[in-house]
Amino acid sequence: MKRWLFSILLVFLALGAVTVRAQDKLEIFSWWAGDEGPALQALISRYQQLYPNIEVTNSTVTGGSGVNARAVLKTRMLGGDPPDSFQVHAGQELIGTWVVANRMEDLSGLFQSEKWATVFPPGLVALLSSKGGIWSVPVNIHRSNVMWFVPAKLSEWGVKPPKTWDELIATCQTLKSKGVDAPLALGENWTVNHLWESVALGVLGPEGWSELWTGKLKFNSPKAVAVWDTFGKVLACTNSDASGLSWQQAVDRVVKGDSAFNIMGDWAAGYMATTLKLEPGNGFGWAPSPSTGGTFMMLSDSFGLPKGVKHRDATLKWLKLLGSKEGQDVFNPLKGSIAARLDSDLSKYNAYSQSAAKDWKADKIVGSLVHGAVAPESFGSQFGTVMEIYLAGKNAQAAANAAQAIADQVGLGRK
Amino acid sequence: MRWRKKRNELTSFLVLLPSLVLIAIFVYYFIARTVAASLSDWGRDPSQALALNPETHFIGLDNYRELFTGVIDVRFRQDLVSTLFFTAFFIAGCLLLGLLLAVAIDHRPRAEGLFRGVFLFPFSLSFVVTGTIWRWLLQPRGGVNRLPTMVGLPPGEFAWLTSRDQVWRFEWNHLPAIVLVLAALVLLLMALSAYRARRGRRAVALAAVAAGLLAGALGAARGLVLLPFPELHGFNLAFVGIVVAAVWQMAGYTMALYLAGLTGIPIELREAAIVDGANDWQLYTRIMLPLVAPITLSAMIILGHISLKIFDLVFAMAGPDNAYTDVPALLMFITTFRGNQFAKGASIGVILLLLVALVILPYLRSQLRRRGRA
Repeated sequence: MKRWLFSILLVFLALGAVTVRAQDKLEIFSWWAGDEGPALQALISRYQQLYPNIEVTNSTVTGGSGVNARAVLKTRMLGGDPPDSFQVHAGQELIGTWVVANRMEDLSGLFQSEKWATVFPPGLVALLSSKGGIWSVPVNIHRSNVMWFVPAKLSEWGVKPPKTWDELIATCQTLKSKGVDAPLALGENWTVNHLWESVALGVLGPEGWSELWTGKLKFNSPKAVAVWDTFGKVLACTNSDASGLSWQQAVDRVVKGDSAFNIMGDWAAGYMATTLKLEPGNGFGWAPSPSTGGTFMMLSDSFGLPKGVKHRDATLKWLKLLGSKEGQDVFNPLKGSIAARLDSDLSKYNAYSQSAAKDWKADKIVGSLVHGAVAPESFGSQFGTVMEIYLAGKNAQAAANAAQAIADQVGLGRK
Repeated sequence: MRWRKKRNELTSFLVLLPSLVLIAIFVYYFIARTVAASLSDWGRDPSQALALNPETHFIGLDNYRELFTGVIDVRFRQDLVSTLFFTAFFIAGCLLLGLLLAVAIDHRPRAEGLFRGVFLFPFSLSFVVTGTIWRWLLQPRGGVNRLPTMVGLPPGEFAWLTSRDQVWRFEWNHLPAIVLVLAALVLLLMALSAYRARRGRRAVALAAVAAGLLAGALGAARGLVLLPFPELHGFNLAFVGIVVAAVWQMAGYTMALYLAGLTGIPIELREAAIVDGANDWQLYTRIMLPLVAPITLSAMIILGHISLKIFDLVFAMAGPDNAYTDVPALLMFITTFRGNQFAKGASIGVILLLLVALVILPYLRSQLRRRGRA
């Protein structure tokens, strides 16, 4: 009899434990699998140390820069089943899709209580804000406008890293005469757009670039059409098999000495340092993309708080960890990015990241087009069509007109 | 007796009911939903695109007008052209190769069963697997292009999937005229076959309609201008690799279809032909092939609707962003889930449905009619 009662008690206790556990859950939705998985896992482990009662579900959908994850997220959100917190490129990719549709909660309160307004640079907070609110917590920072090269090869050829696009085009001729057929390495489609944004930033300057996205500077104005002219000259320096190469294979061309330069985001530093085991500074070198010195074109992964989530408190705790100095310094050295905060512990980072962090503090900050910071998805996803129009006929005016037509259609800069 | 018949009818109805209900909901209701979405402006206003209860407005056929005549939907028009070229080459390749393989196996070579299995094997793979394998094989600097070096020749130069060349270009503004001329040609062919079947009146009527269409085509070429600027479309050579992979996968299946037809031909017919002194060539061209003609039609229908809807093979081989290998199904996915243009994505879906219906409906009609006669 006693044993019988005891077992019933035990069963009830077990059930109780299960229900208590079930109340505290957190589902994180991201595309960080593969190489980026360990960085996310380190964050989750830290979270579980802090809050052992909360059960974390890590929902990842693979596919670079979230191509598949974003489609899954949209079906879930439309179906009224939002994950507690989802990864999204900071800026317009979040604002243009989710904030305008009134699906996100304003995080201004969180920014105030955690005193984040002072630790994140004002240029970044401006990109995260719209309609008087701040909409996501940035976890990491990557830089888009970086030019990569191998210093030893450059001195062998007797050239210096060019500081402007004109210099690059001149250097390109010098290198071609020395038998380097394609001095600038290029990869598949999106890397072409990536190159374009560095050219555009260089030609327009940081103010002109920002005005493109507020609608102040039209794509078909003479100043913006000039971007395509320079872009055409830069393209003449690139390899003909580009569209068959991944971005890693384009970097490989530089490392092997088939090409001299490559414009790529600073995940390339992680690839060369970790995968290819090259020493930053010696095995590979870097400089800002030509004509963009003093400007930091950033992209950032961030997490927000959708309206109507099931576990709001657990999500807020997650967001607090993401924005904290500790959380950022756990995640970023593993991811190969730098902290969005200005007060991170630089001794934990490698030589490239330390130099990027220095620029992050000193430079003017602008957002990337290809990686979702300055333009909504409706524009970004159609920019590839603009590029195809340009590549098909090399007609700068036609491409500029198409870009403006899309900008008008999606209401770019219309707040 | 009568009661029993009624009961039979009732049970058959009840047994069919679940599938009828499910098909009504999951096929026809969703087709209706898609058509309705394609006539709305869902996605034009970003603040409504992904709202919890999107507020949309009826805008008629404006999405379709944009797809065919809008400045920024040039990619859709090229995709449509690409998919038609792809379909033509894919069907032709499968039929030709399938027939050759079937005839070869019909000759009962040694290890016939083994060969049949080998040829049919690719069909059992998924398109994603086929696409991944062929993407590796078709790398410009490796795989197929390195084959000639094994016999001492220079490596191949063709860029396969990364090729950006286009051939057989035509002006999009000439499209209405081209479509009318093609329709007139089809009608003329029908008139010819009616004439051969000694149905003179029908032949004359068809020929008259064809002549009318031709005249219309000439008029339309002047009157109807789709775009205010010239726009060239053609066959992207990057598709050659995709055609090769698709034919590799489906030719075995076509062979199986033909083989079934060939083995179904009574042996007496062959023997009679051989007794009459027919050689191998005559035997196949005069006796066997005409008898498997209905199989050719079925194979064309099956292959045709596969190729019009193709998505996974292209996605695996060239990725979603290679505009030179883009097809409408892929563009539909990108437009909808990346660009948030839900209404426009739905329009592309409806156009695909119409294209497939164009292939399937005549077939269904002839099948039903045949069954009605039997």
